[in-house]
Amino acid sequence: MKLVVAVKQIKILGDEVEFTADGRDVDPDFLDRALNEWDACATEEALQLRERLGDCEVVVVTVGDDESEGALRRCLAMGADRAIRVDARTLDPITTARALAGAVMGESPDLVLCGVQSADSVQGATGVALAQLLGLPRVAVVNRVEWSGSGPATVQRELEGGLVDVVEVDTPAVLTIQTGINQPRYANLRAIKQAEQQEITVVPAADEGSPAFTVRRMFAPPRGEGATMLDGSPAEVAQSILDIVRERLA
Amino acid sequence: MSVLVVAEHLQGRVRDVTYELITAARELGGPVVVAVIGSDPGSLDVNRTGVDEIVHVRVEQEEFESDVYQHALEALVNERRPRAVLLGFTVNSMGFAPAVATKFGLGLATDVFALALEGASVVATRAFYGSKVHGEVEFVPDEPVVLLLRPTAWAPSLDAGQATTTEHELAPIVSRARHKEFTEAPKGDVDITTADFLLSIGRGIGEQESIPQFEELAEKLGATLSVSRPIVDAGWMPSSRQVGQSGKTVKAKVYLALGISGAVQHLAGMKASDTIIAVNTDPEAAIFGVAHYGAVADLFDVAEELAKIA
Repeated sequence: MKLVVAVKQIKILGDEVEFTADGRDVDPDFLDRALNEWDACATEEALQLRERLGDCEVVVVTVGDDESEGALRRCLAMGADRAIRVDARTLDPITTARALAGAVMGESPDLVLCGVQSADSVQGATGVALAQLLGLPRVAVVNRVEWSGSGPATVQRELEGGLVDVVEVDTPAVLTIQTGINQPRYANLRAIKQAEQQEITVVPAADEGSPAFTVRRMFAPPRGEGATMLDGSPAEVAQSILDIVRERLA
Repeated sequence: MSVLVVAEHLQGRVRDVTYELITAARELGGPVVVAVIGSDPGSLDVNRTGVDEIVHVRVEQEEFESDVYQHALEALVNERRPRAVLLGFTVNSMGFAPAVATKFGLGLATDVFALALEGASVVATRAFYGSKVHGEVEFVPDEPVVLLLRPTAWAPSLDAGQATTTEHELAPIVSRARHKEFTEAPKGDVDITTADFLLSIGRGIGEQESIPQFEELAEKLGATLSVSRPIVDAGWMPSSRQVGQSGKTVKAKVYLALGISGAVQHLAGMKASDTIIAVNTDPEAAIFGVAHYGAVADLFDVAEELAKIA
């Protein structure tokens, strides 16, 4: 049996920002990288399924440049068996899904897991776009998975306001995984070192086609009225807060 | 060219985001068509000012199923060729709208909070890089564009309208992901939605061992303790205490946020509070954008001082 997890090395912007010369993106010098939190949960869920089902391979796939391999190595250190990087630079979810589709299809997975969304772009669309390209059923925003390894799976969708929708989904399927479903395991130092040595398969992207959107311009968010800032020592700030609270609740 | 709104409903009730979508559709201009997909679409009232036509798409399923909604939206897009399809950026829409855009090669943007029409083209604004920058995005010309709009970004259209109604027959399809039942998240000991004063804590508290300190502080202040999503995800507090889109929407007289940076989903759940006070070490934290009062400070330092004087 095979489980494929699509993951992303997200880009994290610090306090300072400068834009590229064409104004369509952030200057990469201002970006740090890390494994997307939702994808860590998707990987953890795949590892737990492997532990429950036995005889099962967990393959992680990403799209990006060689710096994106950090995400794959983190997943390998957590316990994934194999990693594939599709060599492409994408920003929108549909182009990303197209880049992933060939590599994922080539694995003939029994189940595909993705994170609900990435913390940097918050599109919440790549997994469902991928399901369409693979011709698979899908359930988005899953916070519980029950599956015997064959036949339909019973999963829970976390709706707004705390309501849970119990869904029976045919497999193979694509599930997008919500945080809170599990606590992603920490990799120990030895596993991290071993993952550094593991080979990552690099494949070219297929025809990208037209993107979901193109960015015309990026800009710093306009400053609103903003908050009235309370200055001073912690004691002074605490006193100001208490004064406001008492006045407003009076 | 028309703008097609896909109504969202749950357990026989139209969800509020539907009325916000109607406002956005009116702003965009052109005939506004609202599609209601369900087993009894006539029982769901979406007739609001500015809606020109309501399309009842009758299907077997009473509740949302992603294949059914995809099938219905594909039929409507083919038949109507709208300029734009507007949906909420919600769990349901995330489950099928990207599939329709992918299949038909349409433009798609999610978590959109501003729209403009330039000539015949739609330009959408959304955030990038963890909401630290905004971006204007454009789409394939001359094709319908699928847009998932951020809940609470537009005011709802609530006045009764004068729309005509069309019935749309849809051939049944095989649904590969089937709704079985709804279950409620376990009810907690307190109802944070009715509290006047919420002390809300987030990722900034760092570790589970800090929770009792804030429970004590809340008690001293006469506040109810609430939390942001990471605290619930970590299993440190029950989901009944969670403020945000996936938790509870609150409207407190005072909302005191300690160590909450202000993810979009969190802000949507608390920004209607009368007075918002935020303490965070990051001067760029998004929560300062909605707070009335803010302090760039270590939350533990402030919490300790508050405990002394409360």
